[in-house]
Amino acid sequence: MGMTRTQKIIAKHAGKDYVEVGQLLVSQVDLTLANDITGPPAIDEFDKIGRPVFDKNKIVLVPDHFSPCKDIKSAELCKHMRDFARKHQIKNYFEVGHMGIEHALLPDKGLIAPGEIIIGADSHTCTYGALNAFSTGVGQTDLGAAMATGSTWFKVPAAIKVILTGKKPSYIQGKDIILTIIGQIGVDGALYQSLEYFGDGVSELTISDRLTICNMAIEAGGKNGIFPVDEKTIAFLKERGVTRPWTAVEADEDAQYAQTITIDLSKLVPVVAYPHLPENTHPAAEGKDIAIDQVVIGSCTNGRLEDIAQAASILKGKKVNPHVRCIIIPATQEVYQKAMHLGYIDAFIEAGAVVSTPTCGPCLGGYMGILAHGERCVSTTNRNFRGRMGHPDSEVYLASPYTAAASAVTGYITDPREVMK
Amino acid sequence: MSKVWRYGNHVDTDVIIPARYLNIADFKELSEHAMEDIDATFASNVKPGDIMVAGRNFGCGSSREHAPIVIQQKGIKCIIAESFARIFYRNAINIGLPVLEIGEEAKKIEATDNVEVDLHKGEIKIVNKGITIKTHPLPGFVQQIADAGGLINYIKEQKQ
Repeated sequence: MGMTRTQKIIAKHAGKDYVEVGQLLVSQVDLTLANDITGPPAIDEFDKIGRPVFDKNKIVLVPDHFSPCKDIKSAELCKHMRDFARKHQIKNYFEVGHMGIEHALLPDKGLIAPGEIIIGADSHTCTYGALNAFSTGVGQTDLGAAMATGSTWFKVPAAIKVILTGKKPSYIQGKDIILTIIGQIGVDGALYQSLEYFGDGVSELTISDRLTICNMAIEAGGKNGIFPVDEKTIAFLKERGVTRPWTAVEADEDAQYAQTITIDLSKLVPVVAYPHLPENTHPAAEGKDIAIDQVVIGSCTNGRLEDIAQAASILKGKKVNPHVRCIIIPATQEVYQKAMHLGYIDAFIEAGAVVSTPTCGPCLGGYMGILAHGERCVSTTNRNFRGRMGHPDSEVYLASPYTAAASAVTGYITDPREVMK
Repeated sequence: MSKVWRYGNHVDTDVIIPARYLNIADFKELSEHAMEDIDATFASNVKPGDIMVAGRNFGCGSSREHAPIVIQQKGIKCIIAESFARIFYRNAINIGLPVLEIGEEAKKIEATDNVEVDLHKGEIKIVNKGITIKTHPLPGFVQQIADAGGLINYIKEQKQ
């Protein structure tokens, strides 16, 4: 029987010709990742094992969640990670000034290539499947162990085949596609499984769209999402200086899938996930009665240059509604600088939005845009769980950068086509 | 016999331990905020040896291991659910917190029940209802990780 892309990558890293769904095995990993929340406890677990790091060039540490540090406790966590990075000469420790939101940063730094395995102590590590890698989130104990051994244990996942067809309308973004999928299959619709993307529609998507789509595989319960390699992937890797050898991984013709879903991109409408689950999707056009207090545009889901450009295309020459606080967070220093050179930041400030240095900040209710009791936020982030962005009685509505920017202008949930006219 | 803390579907890591507290490095202090956004009584009333029972997709969301850790810190003996989110599931095993995935059978257990869990035999007895639920053993070396009391001990044992 044939194997899926994910099966093939795991088989290769486990030194096997074939692995079957459900099989438990130990696999090598190519890269490990931790942040300022999960890194310090992972380091503590690592220290208990009493071995050296498996490879100082294959450990990535990014202080991004509560950094630049919001308080003394966060500063202590960051210091713990920084001290470890210096002691072990960790090559890919990204200090404030160089750091960005981890899942936007790693692909841009050329740290991801097709066929590789990346584990990260952050659930959105699944983002890198956009570049045909197998990447997934683990906890800090798993990560601490992998920093010592260079390996981890996996259960080989079953897969869902997602066939993308049709032409993508200009106002539809990767976020609309993944929210539509989650709305169809539910927040546990891909539990323990991989989401593998196929079809003519793939070529319609930018790498940024694909990163957004894979980023939210976890929001369907998925272990990972994974795209094929095409010309856009190759161009991205070249631009990002990936010179090490890599091999594109494609599924066998007779690979087995738990189910097949077909999404016609031409029929999609901008959607918004209402509180308190990402599966609670509604057309943005139906949100006119929902007045909002805040908009956040950023995060590992939608903080890349293309996302910022989309927000700017809506906000340029317009004003943020006076009842709305609009917070824009470029995901990396590079995105920030390019946004500045391209005039996006001027457009945001003239519209009455604020622009922050890169941080995960508000996405997880850390800082830089916390909601009060009863407040509502349209956000390009990935989770709308109760209390996610602040008070347990606040509400988060997940949307694309187009929809979020349009809603900032009107003050209610808005289909971007209404503002694009 | 164990008291049951009963919750529904899709209990996410943000309600198990809200991220606003994740700057707290001391897990005992952190555990005082366990479950507070959906159950303000849990942290103050839970007793060591109690069990937690939930519906589908328990622990969905973040990879934060702080979630199973605060439940373990509060003395919960094991978590029984219809299904678990995968990162939470492996995190719980890796820290030595027993997790029993029993599908629809979990619906038989209510908040008012008295339950006896024998992890060794893989049996859940709902004493007041006279019901016994058999659980599946953990697969392969995952059982060895659990037996070692977690992943770090398992790796240390292998090294010796």
